[in-house]
Amino acid sequence: MNQIFGNFIEPTPSQEYLIIGFSPSSIPLKQRWRNNGLSADFLADYLTTFFPGSQEDASALTRQAEVKSAVSYIANELLENAMKFNDENSHYPIDIKLQLEKDGLIFSVANSIPASAVEDFQGYIQKLLICDPSEMYIEQLEKNAADENCTASGLGLLTMLNDYSAKMGWKFETVQQDPEVIAVTTMVQLIL
Amino acid sequence: MEIKTEKYHICYDRETATVSFSGSLRLSGPEEYQPITQLLGDVADTQTEKIILNLQQLEFLNSSGISMLSKFIIEMRKKPGVQMTVQGSKSVAWQGKSLKNLQRLMPALVVELV
Repeated sequence: MNQIFGNFIEPTPSQEYLIIGFSPSSIPLKQRWRNNGLSADFLADYLTTFFPGSQEDASALTRQAEVKSAVSYIANELLENAMKFNDENSHYPIDIKLQLEKDGLIFSVANSIPASAVEDFQGYIQKLLICDPSEMYIEQLEKNAADENCTASGLGLLTMLNDYSAKMGWKFETVQQDPEVIAVTTMVQLIL
Repeated sequence: MEIKTEKYHICYDRETATVSFSGSLRLSGPEEYQPITQLLGDVADTQTEKIILNLQQLEFLNSSGISMLSKFIIEMRKKPGVQMTVQGSKSVAWQGKSLKNLQRLMPALVVELV
C-alpha cells in the first residue's frame, strides 16, 4: 500500500527541525498521556526562538504567543490521535516532526494503524477534504452532544482546519510484510 | 465545588454564579472529563438565572475539552431562561480562535473577550 490524500508533500531538507520519537509499547498509554502535552509544549517553546518577541513591540509579542499556542494545540492533538489510533500489536514507533519553513510550519506525525481501521479512516479523510470545515465542526459538536456513549470527540483535525486554517495531507504505506504493518503519516501545514 | 489537580483548577462561586477554570486541560476523553461534566451539571441544577464560565486563566484546552464544554452549552439550550456567559482572554491565543464557535451553538450566549 502506498496512498496519498490531500496536501501531502515529500519533505525537502530543512535547516531547522525537531523530531521526537516514542516507542508505544514501552509503557501503557495512560501513563504516557502526559507526554503528549509535555512534547507539544516543548516544540512550541523551542520554536519561539525563531519568532522573537520584545517588550517594546506588542505585535511581535502577540505573534509569538499565537505561534506558540497554535503549535502547542496542533502538536498535542496530533500526538493524542497517534497514541489513540496506533496499532497496539505493532512495535512501529510513533514520531512527530516539526519543520520550520520560510513561510510556515510543517508538522508530520507517523504511527502504525491496524489494517482493519484503514478503510474507515480513509473515508473520514475524504469527507474532511471536501467538507466546509465550519459546518462539519458544528455538526460534529451536535453529534457528540447527542451521543451518550461518545468516546472520541472527532474534533482534533477539524479544529485545525476550522480554527487554524491548516492544510492537511496523509500518506499510507505498508512498512512491513508478514505480519503486515501499515503506517500513516499525517501532515499539517500552517502558513504563518 | 472545586476540582484541583497538578495541572488545572476548577472552582465554583455560588454568589457570582461563576465557574472559573485555570491551568491546562488535556484529558484523554469523555470518561476523564466526567468529573468536570458533573460539576457543570450540578451548577446548572442550582442556578436559575445566569451562569458564567470564566476561562481567562485556562491556558490550554484540547479538543476533548472543547467537546465537553460544547456539550454543556448545548445542554443549556434547554434552559433558555438561564443567561450564559463565557469570559475569555485575548492574551490566551486559542480562546480568540475557538471560543467564537460556542456562540454558533447558542446564539444567545455572551462571549466576552477581554
